Amino acid sequence: ADRLSGATKTVSHNEKLTRFEDVSGYNNFYELGTDKGDPAANAEALRTDPWSISVEGECQNPGKLTFEDLIAGQTMEERIYKLRCVEAWSMIIPWSGFPLASLLKKFQPTSDAKYVSFETLYDKSRPLPGQRRNVIDWPYREGLRMDEAMHPLTFVAVGLYGKPIPNQNGAPLRLVVPWKYGFKSIKSIVKIKFTRDQPQTSWNMLAPQEYGFYSNVNPEVDHPRWSQKRERRIGELFRVRTEMLNGYAPEVAELYKGMDLQKYF
Amino acid sequence: MPFTSWRFATFFLLLSPCVWLVYGFFSNNLGANPVETLTHQTGKWAFICLLLSLAITPARQLTGVKKLMLLRRMVGLYAFFYATLHFLVYWVFDQSLSVAYLWEDISDRPYITLGFLGWLFLLPLAITSTQNWRKRLGKRWLTLHKLAYAVGLLALFHYIWLIRADYREVVPYALALCALLGYRLFRWLKTPQRAA
Repeated sequence: ADRLSGATKTVSHNEKLTRFEDVSGYNNFYELGTDKGDPAANAEALRTDPWSISVEGECQNPGKLTFEDLIAGQTMEERIYKLRCVEAWSMIIPWSGFPLASLLKKFQPTSDAKYVSFETLYDKSRPLPGQRRNVIDWPYREGLRMDEAMHPLTFVAVGLYGKPIPNQNGAPLRLVVPWKYGFKSIKSIVKIKFTRDQPQTSWNMLAPQEYGFYSNVNPEVDHPRWSQKRERRIGELFRVRTEMLNGYAPEVAELYKGMDLQKYF
Repeated sequence: MPFTSWRFATFFLLLSPCVWLVYGFFSNNLGANPVETLTHQTGKWAFICLLLSLAITPARQLTGVKKLMLLRRMVGLYAFFYATLHFLVYWVFDQSLSVAYLWEDISDRPYITLGFLGWLFLLPLAITSTQNWRKRLGKRWLTLHKLAYAVGLLALFHYIWLIRADYREVVPYALALCALLGYRLFRWLKTPQRAA
């Protein structure tokens, strides 16, 4: 916890932070229930100690690591990012953690690693409260293209508001990919796998016409059932305009140069 | 208990969700996303009131308590009341009270189209709910008010269509509507003069 509160502030945001109660009380984390308040209510069902992460696939250093091994040697940063949910709401959140790139490099991905996939905890013998029903084909899966994963903005969060991340926010470690819809920022990671082919991702498996692999925040590509042009900042009543790539276009637009974002949504 | 007190009780019972929401809104007790809470709750109560209004005729027929019919108009008007609040919350907070935004959403998004149609169908029912209109329309009044069946179906699909993954919450509404419409279908099929 001391390492978290002492983290260097590296990325800031010009808007007011979303209240901690809202960040930790209004969550989409279906493993702990589908209502926004369920994850906080069922948070204790998630046991994060001990925690291990398996690293697999196209890399020279695969293996199973404990959470402590994994964060050892990482320099903690505090970054304030805007999180934009696909449901058209957003929050301004101070995360603590480190760039995903500085973690992935330790595993020495090979040149065959074109993508990296992630999985959330799923113990069939001890399912979490939300995992007793097949709302999603468990475990929850997400993935990134290798250049997206190695981008300096892509972040692994282990803290929130200078404290260890609450269970309902994806303890003990989660991804934060600020220019993509929130569901890409997978929570409570137990598996990292480098792959040659584009991995399967949970929301895309569930409704491929609605959720693409990329799922970049894009006001010009509506969800088939609702508009993505505007969003509600949690804590405010009226909506504001949604920015291209959630406002991170200057940093990340080059990743998608020449790609048709209507097609690769 | 005299029947007027039943009407009194029904009136306050169905008003209480609205009071609770207004109080919750101004005392910051509607959670992290109060507008979403207002939208969901007003929509839910509109649907519940509609289902209740559709349940009154079968309840009278099955129990023989004729006075139940005295509640039907009030419950139906509550459905319109909550549907109107539902629409206003959406229009004011989600669409910034803009007619252009509203029209774009209604024409682009099927679930919004259905919901708006449902509210539109309730409008003539609310207007013609008075004794005066009822007399003036005669038999046509009953035909017109069968629109409530269509509103039930529109509300159901409006609801189903916005769910992302978990359909469990809509099941009780779907079952209730199926039962209420199924009951009417059953009665209609059993009516002998239908063949004539």
